[in-house]
Amino acid sequence: MIPYALKERCLHTLLRMRLWCNIITQVGTEELAHMEIVAAIIHQLTRNLSMEEIEKCGFAPYYVDHTVGIWPQSAGGFPFSASQFQVTGDPITDLTEDLAAEQKARTTYDNILRLIKEPDVCEPIKFLRMREVVHFQRFGEALRITQDKLDSRNFYAFNPAFDRCETCD
Amino acid sequence: MGEKEQLLRDIGIADFVLTELTLYLDTHPQDRKAMEYFNHYNRLKLQMEKEFSQKYYPLNTRWADSNKEWRWGAAPLPWEGACV
Repeated sequence: MIPYALKERCLHTLLRMRLWCNIITQVGTEELAHMEIVAAIIHQLTRNLSMEEIEKCGFAPYYVDHTVGIWPQSAGGFPFSASQFQVTGDPITDLTEDLAAEQKARTTYDNILRLIKEPDVCEPIKFLRMREVVHFQRFGEALRITQDKLDSRNFYAFNPAFDRCETCD
Repeated sequence: MGEKEQLLRDIGIADFVLTELTLYLDTHPQDRKAMEYFNHYNRLKLQMEKEFSQKYYPLNTRWADSNKEWRWGAAPLPWEGACV
């Protein structure tokens, strides 16, 4: 059984998919560039360290495992893993997750800015924080546009990224 | 700031304008003024990128045409301070 709402709306499905695919890939690419910026900051803070400095500032455990190579981990030492985010294949769910991710990043940057006063660190962090706010805005628009094109009586009647009707094929 | 650093900085500015406009246009695809801005900065950036790559070193593989020696990879890395 194909829900009636899907039949009525599926002509727009391709266009709608296109919109949030564009936003997600562009923001994803930009976030990888942010990773490079953060990695550059870490690299510049840790190059030319003396053994005394490594010991004194608590860097020794990291140094033993990675020397001064860049290895992605949280401030608490927890290694980066794909299990830290989710893809469900449902646009409303995934966009909501993306919105949360932007705010989590913004909070992390806010905490860094309270802690650190070094301008060479703070200025790029302020820039990254601003970008998370912009991404949150764009993801919010993408969610609104997606919902505008769904059935307002039941946004969850079908998954526009998965369910199909006869006229789709 | 030398000519090379100035040009690299200008490319960075144009590139950021394009990043921001692309995201904006995704959710505002009918905004003609934004599209005009996009076209203007896109032309500007391509022109500056070409100029920089011919004068100094290729900024991406699109501009990495080489004959005697492979030029791609000759550039200083951004995290070594090349983007200042």
